[in-house]
Amino acid sequence: MVDASHDGNDVITPAAVEDVELYHPHSWWTRYVFSQDAKVIAIQYACTAIAIGLVALVLSWLMRIQLAFPGALPFIDADRYYQFITMHGMIMVIYLLTALFLGGFGNYLIPLMVGARDMVFPYANMLSYWLYLLAVLVLVASFFTPGGPTGAGWTLYPPQAILSNTPGGEWGIILMLVSLIIFVIGFTMGGLNYVVTVLQGRTRGMTLMRLPLTVWGIFTATVMALLAFPALFVACVMMLFDRMAGTSFFMPAIVEMGEQLKHGGGSPIMFQHLFWFFGHPEVYIVALPAFGIVSDLISTHARKNIFGYRMMVWAIVIIGALSFVVWAHHMYVSGMNPYFGYFFATTTLIIAVPTAIKVYNWALTLWRGNIHLTLPMLFSLAFIVTFVNGGLTGLFLGNVVVDVPLSDTMFVVAHFHMVMGVAPILVIFGAIYHWYPKVTGRMLNEAMGQLHFWITFLGAYLIFFPMHYVGLVGVPRRYYEIGETSFVPASVHDLNVFITVVALIVGAAQMLFLFNLVWSLRHGREAGGNPWRATTLEWQTPQTPPVHGNWGKELPIVYRWAYDYSVPGAAEDFIPQNQPGTLGVTREAVA
Amino acid sequence: MSAMILFLVVIAAIIAWWLAGQGLMAKPWLEVGSIGAASAGDHHAGSPRLPAQKIGLGVFLAVVGALFTLFVSAYLMRVSTQDWWTTPVPRLLYVNTGILFASSLCLQRAATQAARGRLEGLRTALLAGLATALAFVTGQVFAWRQLVAAGYTLSDDAAASFFYVISGLHGLHILGGMVALARAVRFAGREQAVSPRLRLGVELCAVYWHFMLAVWLVLLALFAGWAGSVVEFCRQLIT
Amino acid sequence: MAVVLVLVVIAVGSVLFHLLSPWWWTPIASNWSYIDHTLVITFWITGVVFVAVVLFLAYCVWRFRHDPGRRAAYEPENRRLEGGLAAGTALGVVAMLAPGLFVWHQFITVPPDAAQVEVVGQQWLWSFRLPGADGKLGRAETRDVSPDNALGIDKADASGLDDIVIEGGELHLPVGKPVKVLLRSIDVLHNFYVPEFRAKMDMIPGMVTYFWLTPTRTGTFDILCAELCGVGHSLMRGTVVVDSEADYQTWLAEQPTFTQLQAQAEPVGTPVPAEIAQAPGER
Repeated sequence: MVDASHDGNDVITPAAVEDVELYHPHSWWTRYVFSQDAKVIAIQYACTAIAIGLVALVLSWLMRIQLAFPGALPFIDADRYYQFITMHGMIMVIYLLTALFLGGFGNYLIPLMVGARDMVFPYANMLSYWLYLLAVLVLVASFFTPGGPTGAGWTLYPPQAILSNTPGGEWGIILMLVSLIIFVIGFTMGGLNYVVTVLQGRTRGMTLMRLPLTVWGIFTATVMALLAFPALFVACVMMLFDRMAGTSFFMPAIVEMGEQLKHGGGSPIMFQHLFWFFGHPEVYIVALPAFGIVSDLISTHARKNIFGYRMMVWAIVIIGALSFVVWAHHMYVSGMNPYFGYFFATTTLIIAVPTAIKVYNWALTLWRGNIHLTLPMLFSLAFIVTFVNGGLTGLFLGNVVVDVPLSDTMFVVAHFHMVMGVAPILVIFGAIYHWYPKVTGRMLNEAMGQLHFWITFLGAYLIFFPMHYVGLVGVPRRYYEIGETSFVPASVHDLNVFITVVALIVGAAQMLFLFNLVWSLRHGREAGGNPWRATTLEWQTPQTPPVHGNWGKELPIVYRWAYDYSVPGAAEDFIPQNQPGTLGVTREAVA
Repeated sequence: MSAMILFLVVIAAIIAWWLAGQGLMAKPWLEVGSIGAASAGDHHAGSPRLPAQKIGLGVFLAVVGALFTLFVSAYLMRVSTQDWWTTPVPRLLYVNTGILFASSLCLQRAATQAARGRLEGLRTALLAGLATALAFVTGQVFAWRQLVAAGYTLSDDAAASFFYVISGLHGLHILGGMVALARAVRFAGREQAVSPRLRLGVELCAVYWHFMLAVWLVLLALFAGWAGSVVEFCRQLIT
Repeated sequence: MAVVLVLVVIAVGSVLFHLLSPWWWTPIASNWSYIDHTLVITFWITGVVFVAVVLFLAYCVWRFRHDPGRRAAYEPENRRLEGGLAAGTALGVVAMLAPGLFVWHQFITVPPDAAQVEVVGQQWLWSFRLPGADGKLGRAETRDVSPDNALGIDKADASGLDDIVIEGGELHLPVGKPVKVLLRSIDVLHNFYVPEFRAKMDMIPGMVTYFWLTPTRTGTFDILCAELCGVGHSLMRGTVVVDSEADYQTWLAEQPTFTQLQAQAEPVGTPVPAEIAQAPGER
């Protein structure tokens, strides 16, 4: 308050030294394994997520092989196929994307970007990771139980999910539900940290409107996740009771294979409401961090401030709020009250407006920029293309009556893979190429990166763009084989073969990326502290990689917003956030 | 889901109120050099800052609130279907409610004793709080046994299923709180004077207890059917 | 500059693929051509936006690529431009939503003269029930399902006795007459999906869902299940035949009623449980 009344030329007293509050590790175990340092936890999260993501990638290969060459791999019977589908979906959405964006990038970037020494509750943060790992292990364990993992589809719709003739009906479904419950508990511990660190851990001068959009995206996504994941928790607990104790929360009277079951009176639609009350915000829980990160990547590599920063912040907040009142657009043909359709179609299409504004502002940031075609920039461009494509097809599926013919067809599969599979993963790649130098001190290999980029981007587009048309023809999703079907021309099968071949190539290209990650650890070019000449605080740490506590003796003080690129009159084309001095007059003239 | 939407509206209002004070309309590129007044990390600003633990508890309670609201939503959705009959509420539940209320009072007293630095009074109040909380959980278990004895088992009756699962989850939350409370009791036993850390811990426990009491009162209203008029209102909203 | 080229190729190529590829929806066989029209409107609007954004990106990358001597412009925001773009987007959204909601209103408003047809899903078989001479479907409950009463028709309800029951056979519909399709399931979720009809709806055990349509051309169409219903999901096929009125009446006359089915089942039905009861004893 006192300082705020002074003008900018005044010297501001340094922030207090808070080092004493940190828990310092005493042994190798507490430094690298049971570490309470958010940066180590971030790397643990990221490695676990990528490892389990690889499993899901292999599963997608197996599914694509079955679709293109039915029966080519004899061990893929219908049971296995549905188990692969289920595990692929669940792993990718929850255990890879959510964990990587929030647990990985959130843990690494939030404390560094807001100028904190660490998360506010380091112990809970550590527990969060170990619970996540436990959840992953329980999930993996279901592959090795009698009957295998559940094959109910990643949406786990009852009654099918808990019937005994469903693949994995014996143990798979129980382990899946238990794993999700553990995940939610673990995530809540981490999520509390991310939120409270942004609220309370910001360094001096770091007002909300000076936060990089990455932090805004992760922060908003975490708030949403904390409110949405309880719905998944509730649904899982109730379903677990239905499966194990014979209750009838979701189970109506059912005749399974000619035999009356003991259940009665429950409502399968109730599960869908709970599931999608979590499931739709989940889409934005993955998308918002990607929005934030890509904003920073574009701004940094185009050497230009993000266009319309305020609008970008408001759009994030509005999208976050709206995403809680659109869930039933996944249920237009679920048999729910048809009058809900008007409401949910309207809210769903309204959300397109703030989303579109974000796209325009990314494009307008490039306008009159000074665009360096670095790998992060390439991935950002690819993100915009795939996100716009996937977002626009969302307008088909969100507009209630247009959804009717398209729902449950391959069109839906193509849509959500484009918008919440390919697009966020391209951002993840871009972000890894961008921050790897900070994490390791070395650059990733450029040649390998270029190859990886082109195969991944073009390949992903070639997989999912034509797939929309398979759906348009009318091919339903989740079909083990389409078989003899009068309305499906033979050419669709050729398209399926093409998609599968490209998918195999794109998947293989990811091995190149992983190799690059390992190879560059030792052989990458030395990066220095700020190789991209970026403004945000994480590039201004005294050491690279940053040590425990991040900032040495004194916390940085923030004097400006995160996007001072190419400021007229400045010597360099970037001014770090912690650099004092005023250029206000020139700016007033320009702005 | 109308109960949950209502809950979200309240949360959204709190967030909007908070955001309104954060200068979201400011043009940050024009504010070079100055440290904005709304800086949370500004230790020198002189304004009293809430400890991170209190904010953390607030956020956690929002999550717990969402959890129970979703159960209430599910309950209300289920009530509006045809084959529904309410399970009678065992008398014991009212006794338990009284015990939980007493427990909450004990912790409130502990918080005031801690604020005044009275270690002896604090110890007594904390132990009383812990004992009453334990009595509440035990009482709940007996209430379950009464219900089972009356023939309302977990799987046979929808209302009973909801009752067991929701009250069980509430009991688990009380047990979790008792772990934190037991830690506070241990600190209180060791320390010579009320340290700021102990005082904070006791305050957090008290807030948590009041919250869990409030949740329980809502749940009791739901199970006892006092919420019938509310249910009717919600049903009209749904249909 | 490969990036610029690739971006242009993506924009142009996607449009060409859309226009030239052989993959398009099946010829419609119901009154829901409105849905197709709304879809085409959506394709146009979204297509223009997609091409515009991608070409704009390509232009930016080409025009403003890094040049060591140049510095980027400094422009924090431009409220008029942002406001204009937001308004334009809102307009586009309204142009898609308005016809969408209008058609949805038609979709959920069943004409009063629509005939009723019940479709019952079970793992992995379609069954059908048509009202008999009284024009009314009898009550049915999953609880009443038994080996000789696969659809769970309530025998106490007189209006159900003359219902026509087709287990696992073809469904016939008369052309040009509105039909309200009532959907029921006795085990898991299914979804009655005939691509040529465009309409579809989930079938939920414990509930009766519905949609309506008017078949507009005669022909034989595949019925598929569009909601994952277990390992046999992709094998759950059926056939719907849209007939001329005369053919339909001929077909209808050949179908057995519920009472007839019960009568057929009696002589065969009674001994079966007895045999089953004896079987363990013999072993």
